[in-house]
Amino acid sequence: MKRSLKAAYLTAVYGFLYLPLLVLIAFSFNDSKFLVSWKGFSLRWYASLAGNSSLLDAALRSLALAASSATAATLIGALAAIALKRYRFAGRKALSASLYVVTVSPDIVMGISLLILFITLNLPLGFLTLFLSHVTFCLPFVTITILARLSGMDQSLIEAAADLGAGEYAIFRLVILPIAMPAVMAGWLLSFTLSLDDVIVSFFVTGPSFEILPLKIYSMVRLGVKPEVNALCAVMFAITLMVVGATQLLMKEKR
Amino acid sequence: MTERSPFRNLAVAAVGGWLTVFVILPNLMTLATSFLSRGEVEFAILPITFSSYRELAGPEFLRMFLDSAWLALGAAMACLAIGYPFAYILARLSPKKRKLGLLFVIIPFWTNSLIRTYALITILNANGLLNKVLLGLGLISAPLDILYTETAVFIGLAYTLLPFMILPLYASIEKLDPRLIEAARDLGAGSFQTFFRVSLPLTLPGIVAGTMLVFLPALGMFYVPDVLGGSRSLLVGNFIRNQFLTARNWPLGSAASVLLTAIMALLLAVYYFCNKRVRREAAA
Repeated sequence: MKRSLKAAYLTAVYGFLYLPLLVLIAFSFNDSKFLVSWKGFSLRWYASLAGNSSLLDAALRSLALAASSATAATLIGALAAIALKRYRFAGRKALSASLYVVTVSPDIVMGISLLILFITLNLPLGFLTLFLSHVTFCLPFVTITILARLSGMDQSLIEAAADLGAGEYAIFRLVILPIAMPAVMAGWLLSFTLSLDDVIVSFFVTGPSFEILPLKIYSMVRLGVKPEVNALCAVMFAITLMVVGATQLLMKEKR
Repeated sequence: MTERSPFRNLAVAAVGGWLTVFVILPNLMTLATSFLSRGEVEFAILPITFSSYRELAGPEFLRMFLDSAWLALGAAMACLAIGYPFAYILARLSPKKRKLGLLFVIIPFWTNSLIRTYALITILNANGLLNKVLLGLGLISAPLDILYTETAVFIGLAYTLLPFMILPLYASIEKLDPRLIEAARDLGAGSFQTFFRVSLPLTLPGIVAGTMLVFLPALGMFYVPDVLGGSRSLLVGNFIRNQFLTARNWPLGSAASVLLTAIMALLLAVYYFCNKRVRREAAA
């Protein structure tokens, strides 16, 4: 294939991926209620966004949920990755296989199975059920991210530390953790976006008392185009960009 | 390292316990629910019955399921057709360009797919960009009514899930040894033959993984028809949601979900065997 043809093809696919988002962002600055025509630059939809207290409440709840579930998922995921890398134990293969299965299993299957669990346990649907569910779908992503970094680690570092008399805990804290740290942070950030982006699982495991942002957007979007939603989506996209950028910087560090 | 250590036990117990309680147990409960009867107060009651599965085998569900599977398969094939050449070109760029190119696939991968679905409205609208361009080029004389049709749902699924196809394809194409292609050429294979007899079989795991990662979510993403396809219940995902929320027939919804899990298991098995075969061939 010719070089220029290849470049044209890449450009076309990137255009397909990004054009809708760019148009959406452009229209979030449009001084018109309708998507039809450009009426001039305006920040009025961002202003009305900032004045919408029920949206802001939902956003705060979502941020709290994302931060707490990302933290819990990262703690457990880091333990899991280190255990999988460092130890041989019964069920090790089954554990790592089930982590991969969770990443490909459809959200809707996870959503309803957790709903059945919570209803059977008589747990009221709200923050707690959302938290438990979000930790569950973030956990495998954190584990895989950290495991990928640890797989590049020189095994002799651990042996050297052990020869020098380091105990199990000292090896963990002084050798493994510093090496894994960028991936631990990246795992946290990825969990944070996953939690902030989830619609399907949250849809099933939340109750009316705890409305979070993605579900709020879902109910607004079902009613059609609203410029306020455009502004909100633009803000969410900006957050995703920052998180992806930060993750890339963290993972880029020399191994 | 097999010596007993409290740290090891804690780590294994934490993650193993979590997966048991929040993944394995709930899925077993879904399976159990699918064999129960529909209840008025409780979500499911005894006696044990196969009636939910009988309903899945009935013409009504079957027609919906086939429609949904056809749509999801179409989306997966569209993603494959767009994504394979894309991933192939990307994997052969210089390392620096490759990294940047990959980053711009990862960004939509991590962007909320509900937002991306919603963004499509701006393009597919009667007054949207697509119609304006087509009208401007003189290709059509009246705006196309794509929005709120099955075509819009198809485009929506392919659009939101394209990165899920590109990333596994890229991973397997990147691993493809260029020397194998050179060898095929040297042995007199044309580019057509080289592709179908060397590149394609060796990147099959990526193709299967990508197809799985598009096909499975495409069956379940109930919000895509909600946003782009009007209110018609189109996907298995819409069906399951309706059983849980409006029809309140949890055993039937659970049975449909078990069906999705079975499809996933089947696709995972296909992936496993493809991967194994390719590894054996690469080692030989």
